[in-house]
Formats: sequence, C-alpha cells, structure tokens
Amino acid sequence: MDIFLQQIINGLTLGSVYAIVALGYTMVYGIIQLINFAHGEVVMIGAMVAFTVIGWLAANTALPPLAIVLIGTIAAIPVCVAVGYALEVFAYRRLRHAPRLAPLITAIGASIVLQQIAMMIWSRNPLAFPQIIPNTVYAVGGATITLVQLAIIITSVAMMIGLTLVVYRTRLGVAMRAASQNAPIAGLMGVNVNGVIAATFMIGAALAAVAGVMVGTYYGIAHYTMGALLGLKAFCAAVLGGIGNLAGAMLGGMLLGIVEALGAGYIGDFTNNVFGSNYQDVFAFLVLIAVLVFRPSGLLGERIGERA
Amino acid sequence: MNPLLEVQSVGKSFGGVEALCDVSLTIARGEIYGLIGPNGAGKTTFFNVLSGVYRADRGSFRFNDAPLNVRAPHEVAAAGIARTFQNIRLFGNMSALENVMVGRHVRTGAGIFGAVLRNAATRAEERAIHERAWALLEYVGLTARGNDIAHSLPYGDQRRLEIARALATDPLLLALDEPAAGMNATETATLRSLLERIRADGTTILLIEHDMKLVMGLCDRVAVLDYGRRIAEGAPAAIREDAAVIEAYLGGTLA
Amino acid sequence: MNLTDKFKANPALLWSGVALIACALAVLPFVLAMAGTTWVRVTNLAILFTLLALGLNIVVGFAGLLDLGYIAFYGVGAYTYALLASPQFNIHLPFWIILPIGALAACVFGVLLGAPTLKLRGDYLAIVTLGFGEIVRIFFNNLSQPVNITNGPQGISRIDPFSIGGFSFNQSDIIFGLNFSGPVKYYYLLLLVLIMVIVINLRLEDSRIGRAWQAIREDEVAAQAMGINTTRVKLLAFAMGASFGGVAGGMFAAIQGFISPESFVLVESVMVLSMVVLGGMGNIWGVIVGALLLSFVPELLRHTVEPLQRSLFGRSLIDPEVVRMLLFGLALMLMMLFRPAGLWPSKVRKRELTEE
Repeated sequence: MDIFLQQIINGLTLGSVYAIVALGYTMVYGIIQLINFAHGEVVMIGAMVAFTVIGWLAANTALPPLAIVLIGTIAAIPVCVAVGYALEVFAYRRLRHAPRLAPLITAIGASIVLQQIAMMIWSRNPLAFPQIIPNTVYAVGGATITLVQLAIIITSVAMMIGLTLVVYRTRLGVAMRAASQNAPIAGLMGVNVNGVIAATFMIGAALAAVAGVMVGTYYGIAHYTMGALLGLKAFCAAVLGGIGNLAGAMLGGMLLGIVEALGAGYIGDFTNNVFGSNYQDVFAFLVLIAVLVFRPSGLLGERIGERA
Repeated sequence: MNPLLEVQSVGKSFGGVEALCDVSLTIARGEIYGLIGPNGAGKTTFFNVLSGVYRADRGSFRFNDAPLNVRAPHEVAAAGIARTFQNIRLFGNMSALENVMVGRHVRTGAGIFGAVLRNAATRAEERAIHERAWALLEYVGLTARGNDIAHSLPYGDQRRLEIARALATDPLLLALDEPAAGMNATETATLRSLLERIRADGTTILLIEHDMKLVMGLCDRVAVLDYGRRIAEGAPAAIREDAAVIEAYLGGTLA
Repeated sequence: MNLTDKFKANPALLWSGVALIACALAVLPFVLAMAGTTWVRVTNLAILFTLLALGLNIVVGFAGLLDLGYIAFYGVGAYTYALLASPQFNIHLPFWIILPIGALAACVFGVLLGAPTLKLRGDYLAIVTLGFGEIVRIFFNNLSQPVNITNGPQGISRIDPFSIGGFSFNQSDIIFGLNFSGPVKYYYLLLLVLIMVIVINLRLEDSRIGRAWQAIREDEVAAQAMGINTTRVKLLAFAMGASFGGVAGGMFAAIQGFISPESFVLVESVMVLSMVVLGGMGNIWGVIVGALLLSFVPELLRHTVEPLQRSLFGRSLIDPEVVRMLLFGLALMLMMLFRPAGLWPSKVRKRELTEE
C-alpha cells in the first residue's frame, strides 16, 4: 500500500472539513475583525442535531441512506443558523467597538455555555452514527478512498464554489465585501451593516452544520466536546491561509489537513518512534505558531501582525 | 556650527509612493529647527522615520557625534530623541503625574527584583522619579493637575503634558509634531514661551508646525518639505522670500 | 476611595481591621474542620486557585496580554515537582529545592513561548497561548513512550508531601493541645504563600515595571516612544506570571499527592481566567474575591443543589459539574457584556474598559 498517497487522501478529507469550518472564521473576521471563538461549538451542535435526526430516521423508516443523511443535514442547518445568529446578537453585537479582548472572552464563555447545554440535551455519551452507509472502498493508485471520504471532498468543493458565487455574484456578496472594506461607509451607502454581519454569521453557521455532519460521519461519532479542537484547528487553517481571505481559508484547510495526516503518518519514522501518531494534534498548533511568527499575513492574506 | 542631528539623504516609499526623497538636513545644538510644508509633504513620515516607527529605505542618521542606527522607537528614545504626537497620545487613563513618571522609564533601571524587594536603591530611585515628575509638571505649569486623569485635562494642558512626558526622558532633541494644532491664541502664546524656555535650558527642538506665525517667530532655521523633497532651508526671513516655497504654498499663506 | 482615606486618617482602625482578619484567618481551618476536613481541602484548593489567578492577573490584568494557556505553566510546575519527588524516578528532593526549580522551569517555558509571539496582536496571542497549552498537555499525556517520563494518562502518584526535617505536612500532629491535621497545616502554608504573592503583586503594580505595563496597555506606540522596550517588558510579565503558575503547580502536586494530564486541560485555564475577569482585571483584591467566589460557589452548589434536587425530584436532574461550568461560561459572557471592568475593578481598568 502506498502510505504517502493514502495519507494525502486522508488529509484531503479532513482538510475539506477544516476548510469549510475555516470559512466561517474567515468571513466573520473579514467583516468585523473578530475571532468567533465559539464557531467550533456551532459545528458540534450541527453534528449532534443531525445525528439525532439520522439516528431516528435510520431506526424508524426505510428511507435510503442518502435521503436520511440529507434530511439530517437539512434539519441541522436551521438550528446552527439560529445559534450563529444568537451568538452575533447576544454575545458580540454589544462589543463591536469594545477592546479586542472583550469579544474573545465572551466567545470563550459562550462556547462553554454551548457545550454544557449540549451535554444536558445529549448526555455525556457520544452519539453513534448508524451503520447505514455502505462501506464501499475504491482503489486509487496504491491507496484506497472510501465512499464517505469521497462524499466529504466532493461536498466541500461544491460548497466552496457555491460560497464563492454568493460572495462574488450576488447583492448580498457585494454588501459583504463592501462592509469588510469599510463598514461605516458601506452603511452610509445604504448597506444594512447589521444585517450583513448577521447574514455572515448565519452563512458561516450553515457551513458549520454541514461540516459537523461530515466530520461526524467520517469518525462515526458525535460528542459534545468535539467542536473545541476542531474549531481551533480550523482557525489555525484560516490563519495559515491568511485570515479574512476566502481562498486562503480553503487552501489553509486543505494544507493543514495534509500536514496533519503526513505528520501523523511519518513522525514515527522521522523520530525513530520517539514520537508517534498520538502527537497528531500538535501539528496544527505548531503550524499556527510558525505562521504567526514568520508570516503573520498567512499564505494569501494581508498583514495582520501589527497591533491595530 | 556644532551639529546635533545630521540627516543624510533619507528616503522612504510606501508602495510606489515616495513619501520622502533624498532628504538631508542638519540641526545644530541649541537651536529651534522648524520643519514645514503643505499637507502630505512628508513631515510626519520624516518624524516617524526619525523616531523608528518606520524604517528608512535609504540614508543615514548621525546623532550626538555618533551614527544613529534607527531600529526601534525605544532605542531612539534611549539615544536622546523624544517626540510628541500630532494627535496627542497620552496614557489617557493614568494620572498626569504617572504619565510623566513613565517618561522616566528609560533613564531608570529598577527591574522585577527591585520592585519586589523594594530595596534602598529602588526606593531612592522611586523617590527621584516622583520628584523629577513633579518638577517637570511644574515646569510646564501643570502642578495643580498632577493627580488628574490625563484624558480629563483640557486640550492645551494635554499638549503640555505630552511635552513634560517627553522631557522626562532627558532628551537632547525634543521633536514636536504640530504642538500648536487646535490651540487658541492664548494657549499658543503659553506654548511659545514654554518652548523658548526649553531651548534656553539647553534642549534642542525640532518643530513641525502649521502655525506659520509661531514657526517664523520661534525658529532659528526652517526647512521646507514638498512632495517628500526638501525644497528650501534657511532663516525664516529667507524662507519667506523663497520662490520655490511660495510656489509650493500656491501663492502662499506665509505670514 | 473613602475607605483608604478613613484608614489614613485613623491608622488604629486599619490595624484593628487587619488584626481582626488575621484572627479570623487563623481560626478558620478549625471552624471548617468542624464541618468536615473536606472543607479545609476545598479552602486549600481555593487558595491555590487564588495564587494562580494572581499570577495570571500579572499577565492579563497588569500587562493586558490574554493568556489562554496559563494552566500549562501550572502543569509544568506540578510535573517538575512530581518527577523530582516521587517513586517515578525514585528521586526525592526536598520541596524547598524543587519549588524554585519548578518556578524556573515554568519561567523558561514562558519565555520560550513569549519571545517569538509577544509582538503579535492581542487576540492572536491569545490563540497561540491556547495552542501552547494544548501542546504541553499532549506531551504530558504522551511522554510515557519510549521512555516513561510522565506516565501518560495514568499520571504520577505517591508524590512526596512537603516536609521539613521530621515535620511532614500530610500527618496529624498535636501542637499546643490542638490537632493539626495535614490539610490544616497546608492551609497555613498556603496562606503564608498567598500573603507573599499578594505583597509581590501590590509591589509590582506600583513600580517602574508596573507603570510600564500600564503604559503599554494604554498606548503601545506612545510607550515605545517613551523608551519602553515593549517586547522585553511584556516578556517580563509573561515570565513572572509563569513562575507564579509554576510554584502553585508544585504545591498542587504535593498537596494532592497525585497528578495527571486531566488537571491541566483548557477548561482549567478558562476557569482561572474567569476568576480574573469576574473580579476585575488588574485589581488584586478583586481578583482574590473572584477566585474565592468561583472556587467556593460551585462547592456550595454541589452541597445544596444536589441534595435539593434529590429531595424535590427524587433524582439529580442537573449535574453539579454542569452547573459549575455554566457558571464559568456565564460569568465570562455576562461580565464582558455588562460589567467589563469586573465586580471590583481597578480604577484605571474601569476607565479603560468602559470607554469607546
């Protein structure tokens, strides 16, 4: 088996999820320069809601698997959008002109509250994904790709294209770009800035819902703590690509996924098995620290290293 | 002439825009040197390059008979150049006294251990900082305002507090970025006498200013910047007659 | 403040107040012991977290740098102690040698993290520190192979207690006819350290370095123009805060006798941050109040909400742990939204955080 190719495929799968979550961070950052730290929890809520619906449908209906997953996802989207909207209105709106650290602290508070609420609703135990998707495996070169992996990559790419079209081809997209350039002036030009910001949060949350379903399906479980680390890594991805930059988030996500997969795959060989794949989670942070120290603008972004 | 600051062909570009182009000037010890020019001429850029906020693309500085390698603002301050800001930048929520005390930072040395142990040397240093800060407040006429919060002071007082804070660093050169901006006539007069006193007490002053009356009345020599180039330098009377300068000011608001 | 003026006018009032508090603190463990030794232990942990909060206050409150990985320094201190005073490597150094080593180790980690990252803007620094905290925890969790250093997720147990000569802090002794149990002894030791840390904090705040921190918080550009080497001064804050964390971690290891990576998770960092934020960033007394509140209230809830639920509904509906976490989360959110300067803000911070 070709380990290198296999790790690339695994990395691309996870990277697609990071990219979709990173888009949520980067869009919000682009408009109001805020790190929506609770974004990872929105992903978690999406996975939990979808899994509840999917579990129920799988047990009580005879719908085809694709329909079940789709219905689950469609059920999760409005819930996540509501959560994203609520975050913007309750946690951040008041603090839009406060010192930078204030909204970051509320965001941490909000993510803890969301986690605890999720735990009260869904208990401490993980939700399992029902065995409904056929375990089809395709051979690619010397490696394999599963149906789920393929679906995740294709869905992500489709969503990235869709989002790009929204941002560059619609009135809302124009308003978003205008607000990110200069919100007060955009407001004077008749853009409903609050509306645009809320819409940005909601679009990000909808993407997060789908990401939640994807990552949950990939690992086969959903858990109330799954959002924190995923969100953090996606943020690393957004910074790697250049925060505020849509293409950067996509690129950063994919790259981070590949770095992680290759790192986990080869760290044992490189270090004579002193370090093993259980250090996988370290790579994202090392990438983050390295990027911020050496190229704070990220791969495609503008400079953010200076204190504004 | 005994030069304090020699600026050699300094240049600075932002993107394709040349904000400073081959600017050279020499400031003598003990003089008040004016830097004027229309808006956007590059005066503040020059200030920022001199004080280490930006790095010059070309050129060199010589300060106090030694090359000045401008790397970081705090090193420039340590070398003996103190500055004020066009849009006042006080430590708004600290008292006037504390603002001036911060200015003593660069000339004092107590570290963490001194702070924690409060040994005799540290206590003596703190006392000296206190006394010096009060003395400087008195010098600029803010004794009564010492314990007031900086941002609660009237505008003119804030300007003078900024000067006191800069003086606390024991500068050889005091660089002032439009200190009279927004001041009324009385405040400007007070400022003028303050600047004359500072010079009389031995501190060289570099003054960027729009108030031509102040510049022409106060400065020993004046340089004029236009589009990033130095178009004239000389005594105020000569500058007033200079064709290039009048041209730059479009028929001239020169008094 | 009126109170300060009153004290200045009448020093006797101040000293009698201090004497009263001192007496209360001196007899407190015996009163608590009547309610159960558990409460003495709870108090000890509360003091330990107050130490941590005061350490973090230097970084967040004084220097204005948001550190979300603070618990890593606590962990470094704890593991340093555990490795040098346990059967793990069969090393048993006395605590007064290890605590400084732990503080130094934490300090070194603080500098290693801070040196490259302190020029970053505040919110990025926060995320980087968070990542650092996770990295350290992952290492604690995995450094059991190929050489077993940390013993992995099982953690290190049978850690030596503090002892001086034959006087050990984990046994009961009868002194002056009073029974000093292990936790009671630790209580007095912790109290002593707490007082030292408070004094250090107060002195730092009112010093050349303290003013420089405040100036940086207010206007970094102006601070630099005044000759303050901002990176260096921030690094000092980072190193100081980290050292405090290291000492607290060492004491934690000795008092508990057992540590594992579980104790150094992100949530713990957030908890300490909540204490600082709740009390009012930068205000030493506020931070102490915040730390004590967030340490005791969850314990009180555990002892009231839980039995209450059982008597009302016959079972426990809401896990007290959840209540505890919700409390932290809500404290952070509501404080920032409605009282950004904290319950008991420092005067300066209040002005800073309510403007704009």
